[in-house]
Amino acid sequence: MRESLLTVRDARKSFGSTPALQGASLALEAGELLGLLGPNGAGKTTLVRAIAGRVRLDGGEIALAGRALRPESPRAELGVVPQEIAVYAQLTARENLEVFGRLHGLSRQALPERVAWALAWTGLDARADEPVKRFSGGMRRRLNIACGVLHEPRVLLLDEPTVGVDPQSRERIYEMLSALRKRGTSLLLTTHQLDEAEGLCDRIVVIDHGRVAASGTLQELIASTVGERRRVSLSVERLPERPLAGLAAEGDGHTLCAEVQDVAAELPALLQQAAAAGVVVRDVAVKGPSLHAVFIHLTGRELRE
Amino acid sequence: MIATVLRISRLNLSRDRVAQLMAFVLPLAFFSIFALVFGQQPRRSPNPVRVALVDEDRTDASRAFVKALEHEAALRPLTTAPPRGGPASAASVPLDRPRAESLVKDGDAPAAVVLPAGFGAAFGSAGTPPRAELLVDPSDPIATPLLRGLLQKAAATAQPKAFARRGLEMFEKYAGGMTPQQRGLMDAWLNQAAAGDGAGEAAGAGVAELLGVDVHEVVGQRGPDGSMVAFFAAGVGVMFLLFSCSAAGGALLEEVESGTLERLLSTPLGMGRLLAGKWLFITLTGVLQVTLMFTWGALVFGLELLSHLAGFALMTLATAGAAAGFGLVLATACRSRGQLSGIGTIVILMMSALGGSMFPRFLMSEKMQKLGLFTFNGWALDGYIKVFWRNAPLVELWPQLLVLVLLTAAFLTIARRLARRWETA
Repeated sequence: MRESLLTVRDARKSFGSTPALQGASLALEAGELLGLLGPNGAGKTTLVRAIAGRVRLDGGEIALAGRALRPESPRAELGVVPQEIAVYAQLTARENLEVFGRLHGLSRQALPERVAWALAWTGLDARADEPVKRFSGGMRRRLNIACGVLHEPRVLLLDEPTVGVDPQSRERIYEMLSALRKRGTSLLLTTHQLDEAEGLCDRIVVIDHGRVAASGTLQELIASTVGERRRVSLSVERLPERPLAGLAAEGDGHTLCAEVQDVAAELPALLQQAAAAGVVVRDVAVKGPSLHAVFIHLTGRELRE
Repeated sequence: MIATVLRISRLNLSRDRVAQLMAFVLPLAFFSIFALVFGQQPRRSPNPVRVALVDEDRTDASRAFVKALEHEAALRPLTTAPPRGGPASAASVPLDRPRAESLVKDGDAPAAVVLPAGFGAAFGSAGTPPRAELLVDPSDPIATPLLRGLLQKAAATAQPKAFARRGLEMFEKYAGGMTPQQRGLMDAWLNQAAAGDGAGEAAGAGVAELLGVDVHEVVGQRGPDGSMVAFFAAGVGVMFLLFSCSAAGGALLEEVESGTLERLLSTPLGMGRLLAGKWLFITLTGVLQVTLMFTWGALVFGLELLSHLAGFALMTLATAGAAAGFGLVLATACRSRGQLSGIGTIVILMMSALGGSMFPRFLMSEKMQKLGLFTFNGWALDGYIKVFWRNAPLVELWPQLLVLVLLTAAFLTIARRLARRWETA
C-alpha cells in the first residue's frame, strides 16, 4: 500500500454562521493525481486554501509527509496554482518565473536552470522575454502553473488549471501535468471539468456541503452510485405502433432506449425484438455510466447559489 | 432609449457610495474648509498681526510712536521676549534689533519694526522725514503692506502737531509767511488736535508718506520672477507626494484583485515583509519625485538647493517615508482601487488644504493653524520652510523629523493591522 503524502482529517471551518467545511477528510498518496470535485460553494476552495495555509481550520488536522501543518508552518514541499492567473502582466514570462522562484526560496545559482526548465516545460521559451500582457489565455495559464512548481514541490495544488482555455492549450496543460507526475509530483486537482477529472485522475473525491460525499476510483464511484448499467439508444425511422418490452420511446419520435447490464448478451435480443416489430434501426449507441451521472447522483440537480 | 440610459446611470450612482461622496459631499467639505481657512465670518476683522517692536531711539517721540502702534487693533505688538536660545519660560527682556530679527527668522512674528536712533529728532524738522525699519518675512504677503499703512497712521496719530508744524514751515518757506491772526488760529487748532479729539487722524489721512520706511527681507528666497519658489516647491511637492504614494499603495489592492497577493502569501514571504518591501519602494520613489521637483526648481527657478542639501535630504527622507506609510494605510483600509482613488483624493485634498499645501498656514487663523498640525502636510511643510526660508540649522528640524518618524511608525503599524484581513482567514 502506498504512503499517504497529504492527509486531511475531519476538517471543519465556518465563516461567521456559514459552515464551509463540516468534517471533510481526504488522503493524497505519493505520485497520485487526486481530483476534488463539487458544486459551487461545496467547500473545495476552503479546503485547498486550508492546505495552502491561507485558512485556519476550526477543527481537524492537516498533515504533509507525516508532519502536522498549521497555517504558519513552512510549506516548502507544497506548490499552489490558484484559479486566477496570478502573474504580473507587465513583467515578462522569464521575470515572473524569476521573482516567484526567488520568493519560493530558490538560490540565485539554482534559479537560471529552473527558469530554463519551466520555459521549456510550458513551451514558452520562444516568448520568454515578452511581457505577459501580450500572451494568449492559454499561455498565461501555462505560466501560472509554472510559477507554482519552480521549487519542485512534492505536492501541487491546482485550482481549475484549465478554465477558459482552448482544447489545444488544455491538451498541452495535460501533457505538462503528466510530465510532472513522471517526476514524482503528487497532484490535487480541483475542477468543474468532469471529462478532465474522468480522464486524468487516479481517484476522485466528491465534496458537497463541506463533507465528502464519495471518494474512490471512477469505477468505484460508479459502482457505489449509479451502477454499471449501460444505456443503449436505437435511432429508428419510425416508432412501433405498440410499446416493445424493455425499450422506452424518447420524445423526439425517432429514439428507443434501454438500460442493460451485459451489452454483449442483451443487445442482440433488443435488436431482434425491434426487427420483429417492423422497426427499422438506423444506428445504435451504447453509453457507459459517466462521472457526470455520478456527480448529479451525488449532488443533485438543484442549482447552488 | 435615453430614459433607459438615464435609469442605468441613476442606478449605478445610487449604489456607488464613493461616487456619491465625490459628487455631493466632497464639494461641501472643500467649501467648508476654504471658508474656515479664509476666515470664519466675513464681518470679523482679520487676525491681529504679531509684530516685534524695537525702540533704539528711546525719546518721547519714539515712545509715543510705539504707544500708537500698541493701540492698533490690527497688530499684536511684542516689545519683550525670552532671550534667544533660552527656555520659553525664561523671563522676558526688552527686544533689541538682533532678538527681533531672530523672532522673524524663527517664524515667531512675520515682521519687526525698528525705530533707529535719531527717529524722534527727525519729527518736527523740515528736513528729511523720520525713517523706520521694517524687518519682514516675505512669506507673509499681508504683514508688510499692512504695516506700511499702519506705520504712516501711527506717525500721524502720535505726532500730529509736529507734522502739521513741519507742513506749515514748508508752506511758509515756499509760499510766504502767515499773518499773526492766521498763525494764532493754527496754534489753537494744533492744541486741539494734540488733545486727541480725532483731528490728528484727519491730519494723518491728508498727508502722504509722513514716515520713511526701509523694508528688509530677513528670511526667505525669491526666484528670479519674485515667486516664492521654495514655499511652492514644498507645498506642491508634498501634496503630489501623497497622491503618488496613495496610487503606489493601490498596487497592493491590484495584487489582491489579480490574485498575485494570494500567491505571494502562499510563499514564505509573509505579509510583514511584503508591506516592508512595498513601503521601501514607495519611499524611494517619493524621494526621487521630490528630488526631481526641487532640482527642477533649482535649474529653472533659481531655488537654492545645493546650499540646503543636508536639510533637504533629511526632510525629504522623513517626508517620503511618512507619505509612503500613509499610502499603505489608505490602501489597506480600502476595499478596491476605485474606493482608494475616491477616498484618497478626498483625504489628501483636505489634508493639503488644512496643512498648507494650497494656501500658506501662516495666513490662516490661529485655530486653523493649530488644526493644520493634525495633518501630515503641516509638519512636512514646516520642516521645508525651516530649511529653505529660515536657513535653520539641522538641529532645529528635530520636532518636524520626530513627528514624521513617529507618524511613519504609526502608519506602518495601522497598515499592518489592517492588512490582517488578507492573511489567514
